[in-house]
Amino acid sequence: MSLDTVKHAAETPDAAQPWKELGLKEDEYARIREILGRRPTGAELAMYSVMWSEHCSYKSSKVHLKQFGEKVPANDAMLVGIGENAGVVDVGQGYAVTFKVESHNHPSYIEPYQGAATGIGGIVRDILAMGARPVAVVDPLRFGAADHPDTKRVLPGVVAGIGGYGNCLGLPNIGGEVVFDACYQGNPLVNAGCIGVMKHEDIHLAQASGPGNKVILYGARTGGDGIGGVSVLASETFESTGPAKRPAVQVGDPFQEKLLIECTLEIFKEKLVAGIQDLGGAGLSCATSELASAGSGGMRVELDTVPLRDSSLSPEEILMSESQERMCAIVEPQHVDRFLEICEKWDVIATVIGEVTDGSQLEIFWHGEQIVDVPPRSVAHDGPVYQRPFARPSWQDALQADDAGKLARPANAAELREQVLKLVASPNQASKAWITDQYDRFVQGNTVLAMPEDAGMVRIDAESNLGVALATDGNGRYAKLDPYTGAQLALAESYRNVAASGAKPLAISDCLNFGSPEDPDVMWQFAEATRGLADGCLELGTPVTGGNVSLYNQTGETAIHPTPVVAVLGVIDDVNRRTPVAFAEEGQLLYLLGDTAEEFGGSAWSEVVHNHLGGLPPKVDLGREKLLAEILISASRDGMVDAAHDLSDGGLIQAVTESCLRGGKGARLVVPDGLDAFTFLFSESAGRAVVAVPRSEELRFTDMCGARGLPVARIGVVDGEEIELQGEFSIPLSELRTAHEATIPALLA
Amino acid sequence: MTTRIGVVTFPGTLDDQDALRAVRIAGAEPVSLWHRDKDLHQVDAVVLAGGFSYGDYLRAGAISRFSPVMEPLIEQAKAGMPVLGICNGFQILTEAHLLPGAMLRNNHLHFICRDQKLRVENAETAWTSDYSAGQEISVPLKNMDGRYTADERTLDELEAEGRVAFRYLDGNPNGSLRDIAGITNAAGNIVGLMPHPEHAVEPLIGTGGTDGLGFFTSIIKKLVNA
Repeated sequence: MSLDTVKHAAETPDAAQPWKELGLKEDEYARIREILGRRPTGAELAMYSVMWSEHCSYKSSKVHLKQFGEKVPANDAMLVGIGENAGVVDVGQGYAVTFKVESHNHPSYIEPYQGAATGIGGIVRDILAMGARPVAVVDPLRFGAADHPDTKRVLPGVVAGIGGYGNCLGLPNIGGEVVFDACYQGNPLVNAGCIGVMKHEDIHLAQASGPGNKVILYGARTGGDGIGGVSVLASETFESTGPAKRPAVQVGDPFQEKLLIECTLEIFKEKLVAGIQDLGGAGLSCATSELASAGSGGMRVELDTVPLRDSSLSPEEILMSESQERMCAIVEPQHVDRFLEICEKWDVIATVIGEVTDGSQLEIFWHGEQIVDVPPRSVAHDGPVYQRPFARPSWQDALQADDAGKLARPANAAELREQVLKLVASPNQASKAWITDQYDRFVQGNTVLAMPEDAGMVRIDAESNLGVALATDGNGRYAKLDPYTGAQLALAESYRNVAASGAKPLAISDCLNFGSPEDPDVMWQFAEATRGLADGCLELGTPVTGGNVSLYNQTGETAIHPTPVVAVLGVIDDVNRRTPVAFAEEGQLLYLLGDTAEEFGGSAWSEVVHNHLGGLPPKVDLGREKLLAEILISASRDGMVDAAHDLSDGGLIQAVTESCLRGGKGARLVVPDGLDAFTFLFSESAGRAVVAVPRSEELRFTDMCGARGLPVARIGVVDGEEIELQGEFSIPLSELRTAHEATIPALLA
Repeated sequence: MTTRIGVVTFPGTLDDQDALRAVRIAGAEPVSLWHRDKDLHQVDAVVLAGGFSYGDYLRAGAISRFSPVMEPLIEQAKAGMPVLGICNGFQILTEAHLLPGAMLRNNHLHFICRDQKLRVENAETAWTSDYSAGQEISVPLKNMDGRYTADERTLDELEAEGRVAFRYLDGNPNGSLRDIAGITNAAGNIVGLMPHPEHAVEPLIGTGGTDGLGFFTSIIKKLVNA
């Protein structure tokens, strides 16, 4: 086939083009023709199709996401907001932290290992592109039923991919989640988060300014992997009888990425770049158009200079390729030699592929002939925006009316004991050590807390002991019952987890995983969840710094539970003051903070014991969450508590079991006044935590809570080698340990 | 004069900064060495740190072993310079034939990261003199290819000569023969092990213990007294 040049396109306005196969709608194709005043060339069509895909353009979600920019809390920590590769917050002492959570859901179902591996690779490059050294990763994961045969294919592959890539990259994996639910059977959620640290003056942005500046592509060679990955994979619902889509998944090379990180950081150190962007979804199409769009002028690229793995690739394929481990930098001419020298030191291939122009167009040439001539903004930022119809699903009322409070409760102490064991052994509540032990949590030598702690925490300055904490949470069951409240519960839990570790919550990133936006039910869930999250962030004072939307997570007509995952970043002035979850000291007093009500809708108990999902999720009181967080942070700073664990799914008994097993010590519990044993153990009321208080600190601690109006109840003491609920039952730690730790290996090993 | 301890960075080395920090915490001067540099810059001892040099895409350590920096290192190690190989560093030492045996993929085929209890079997090497023979220590373990293997004769020799330096306790994490976690050469200047003492040198970080610090204080004492 001859080259489809700009000139040729102008001369052949009626040539048939595969816009439909590339995922474009008819009106979108018409709009491209209108923008260009002619039909697009093959290369231009490729660029528009990937950049206007749901994944890159956020065309269905944009109208809702704008709330995150409108409902912004007064917070002076924010340095860079939504729209860049990742948001940046000030954590004090001249340090800035950038963090973000992204999804790699669809690729991970098709090719679990590579899908998950390149998910890590992509988020790490986003963080790197801001000028930061990546210091830790986290992985919120959701799979189908734990005992489903396909889960045994997907989960070990995903876990090996995260480990294989992250371990080889030298980034500690410090947190995340693993959740099982049949709704994720055909659509596992593989989200990945990364934290990066830099000094304020090192913040870099993705923009191409200064005519004459060079465009340098560096990192891996460009190959045929991942072509159309973005548009084909992330923007279409899986059909059960579709063709195999394996070739569209990218293949990762963590060794190359490690070199890219070190090389890029050395380049930053010498201040050699004027703008930088990583190559992720939509590859060069995205990087060149976004850099040019955010800059002041145009850009000219000689596409035939791009180093290739496969010399037979067409220009369209080169533009669409999602080959991993590549970056694109804008460099002033006098810095080019030094830039290339540093790349050579790290054995990283670097090529000048073009330059910034004083024009306004993005122009791409192939062996001297022009194949792209577009306004960059029309590709990168002015994509279509849809006002998708949404409406409260017809089944929502019936679901909420199916109250979990009416479910049969344990009739006696023996049944209560049995249900405790069943709960802590259930796949969602069981220990995930078999999974997390496959990730390196120690590398870089700064890990203060890692899973199964409430939040991961890393030291960022060894002199001052300044640290940051990150927790990620989401509960699709709650969000299914009420997406507005469910999103706020995810935010509240993540916020609470960070505070329980002793860190002050600062800002959030989110990964919004939903079904098809073409379904008004799903769109309603999305609209409600984003509204809930935006309102919640405004009230808690934690701005949204950025994130990611993953739609079309559905197989056929069945969507996943709406699953907003929220990552909260916190800062701690002295990591020596961190609070672990372990009950490690005999004789310390256990206090329950917050109010406990009969709230079982969407609870782990209702799932494990009754396989039930119905009713309303726990109520949210963000004012209370704030107060609880302040108490937890003060208690940590002043040494009033030695352990703290947030209460969430599984309720109090789950938290106490985890803390006891972590510390190797038992607990004697008493049901506080006004509660029955069942509600005490299994309720999932929000805004609660359990803490271990040294006897010497008891008065000071309870006085503080009393003075600030936080309800507290003394519920027992750390003691012995069993968990005993006075007058009801006792379970030896060894029995709890077996129940808690044997489940996952038995299902997956 | 301050003791100078070098840490080599190969492409894909990950724990070099941690090893440099451990050297500094123990009280010596850390010196970064670069794989392409055929010069050890007059250091008194060298640590080969953990990681995935060259991605472990061939055999772990098989490519690094041919790096320019390895030429003077092998020569001086044979002449008695102390060398510690941790994890990938241990793999490089076996590939370079400075230590016998080899590491295979873990018998359960998974990467494993956990706190690992070890027994110090030989407290007379250059890197273990601050421990006592039979002492139990806990340091992080994290590897994919950690299963130590050698032929029976070599294993018997190692045992007979007291060259098994560390053994796994409370469960063999990877199927290493005779629970071997680390070994030494006959002279005791070269030590290799799979677990990571450099991750156990500060009370709060990693396992929350300082059981690994002894490796670095041992070598400093030895060099100062030399």
